[in-house]
Amino acid sequence: MAGVEQTAACRPPARRALPELRLAARLRACLPFLMIALLLAAWEIVAHSPLVTPFMLPPIEAVADRLVADAAGGDVVRNLSATLARTAIGFSLAAAVGIALGILMVHNRIVFWFFDPVISAGFPVPKVALLPIFILWFGLYDVSKIMLIAANAVFPVVTATVLGLRGVDRHLIWSARSLGAGERRIAWEIVLPAALPQILTGLQIALPISLIVAIVSEIVMSGDGLGGAMMEGARSLDSPAVFAGIVEIAAAGYCLVKLVELARRRLLVWHSETTTNFG
Amino acid sequence: MTRTLTIATRYVPLLILALAWEAAPTFGLVSTHTLPTLSSVLVALGKLTLSGDLLVHGASSLYRTAAGLGLAIVAGTTAGLFMAWSGLVQAIVQPVIRLFYPMPKSALIPVLALWLGFGDGSKIALIFLGCLLPITIGAYNGARGSEQTLVWSARSLGASRLRMLWDVMVPSALPELLAGIRIALAYSFILLVSSELVAAQKGLGYMIGMLGEGGVYDAMFAMVLTIGALGFFADRAFQHGARRILQWQE
Repeated sequence: MAGVEQTAACRPPARRALPELRLAARLRACLPFLMIALLLAAWEIVAHSPLVTPFMLPPIEAVADRLVADAAGGDVVRNLSATLARTAIGFSLAAAVGIALGILMVHNRIVFWFFDPVISAGFPVPKVALLPIFILWFGLYDVSKIMLIAANAVFPVVTATVLGLRGVDRHLIWSARSLGAGERRIAWEIVLPAALPQILTGLQIALPISLIVAIVSEIVMSGDGLGGAMMEGARSLDSPAVFAGIVEIAAAGYCLVKLVELARRRLLVWHSETTTNFG
Repeated sequence: MTRTLTIATRYVPLLILALAWEAAPTFGLVSTHTLPTLSSVLVALGKLTLSGDLLVHGASSLYRTAAGLGLAIVAGTTAGLFMAWSGLVQAIVQPVIRLFYPMPKSALIPVLALWLGFGDGSKIALIFLGCLLPITIGAYNGARGSEQTLVWSARSLGASRLRMLWDVMVPSALPELLAGIRIALAYSFILLVSSELVAAQKGLGYMIGMLGEGGVYDAMFAMVLTIGALGFFADRAFQHGARRILQWQE
């Protein structure tokens, strides 16, 4: 209830809706679509101009044809599901290990002493460079890709879990304890919900990283998946296939980001952050 | 003195890991083909340094990162600040950002290689594109959050709009801008290594791929170690610099 009152209080005083203002607001609402239309138009014009060859920039209709053909032939579904499956498995592995390790680090001094420098030194290291090593260790197929995804995604999860658990208000725990709550109940009903926003932020950073690494590993190692299909197109100098690949990957990324935002809003309905939003 | 001592003890676990790395292949726990000993990797690193390979490929990688990230910092900061400064710019740029932000930029590697070839250009462009959005968003969020009272006071004191941009919005945007640049720094190394692994004739990522395919594993591990160290020290140096820049805040 407090949240509702707050948003009402923050709202600027109602402006008299002058007709020209309303028109401006309406134009403004159209602007995003206008910009996207402009971008597409620019692509089409440049593609048909003598500035570029159709090889460098195929026109939209060629790419669209390819997308439709890929979709009809089942290639899109096959490659998309291969990429998303790797992303999901690697990400889940990173989430499980990361959250578990974070909890252990907060509860056990020795675990913290050992892993804190390892995590903080390993975080900024570009783990993609491990790819050839992982190929050596885990072979040319799915396992090395999944391990690489997990190796990249685990760091933000651990860091966020530790920060989240550390940041839980001590008074909440003390009050619960003095009211007779057992440790297990405190963990589930106080600590976990209080740390959840931070942990979710960590997962939210880890998921796009997982997709990026999945695509990179597919591009480098070839095989199936969106990245592999795109690389195959590039090798056979089939540029509509490359551009169709970019569109498919962009769409996958877009859906993933939206999905996480939705999940976050669902899980944190009770939290005050849900009322504020990025731009 | 005590400070260096605490830092030293803090990194003892890394030393333990290094010892474990040396011990595992030495005592036959894992084969030296899957994990060369740390000492042989360090010897390979020494050889690569002496032969000049490390310098040539390292310099080319660093040049690509610095150029791509530098361009992204200039363009991203400018774009972010202008977005916060003018509603019209914001309305025009925001949809484009929303469209391109969720796209994994590594998908652009093949196209950029197609357009700009296997040299520096395609890597610099990839790093530029990958780093641009986090920096723009950092600058925009930071500048947008400048305290309204500061903006009003500056205006009432007769500051021009441009003056306000420079004297009020830029300083208040700094913390978030620097946070954005730090994310971009991490991206720049990831994109550098990926693009060099896929399509390059020079650079540390290219060397890693080539040495791995050739089965020269100690040298390959040495190159991986080098890139890891570069990423680590770049981040630490940046954090150090950022703290310096932000000293004027309490």
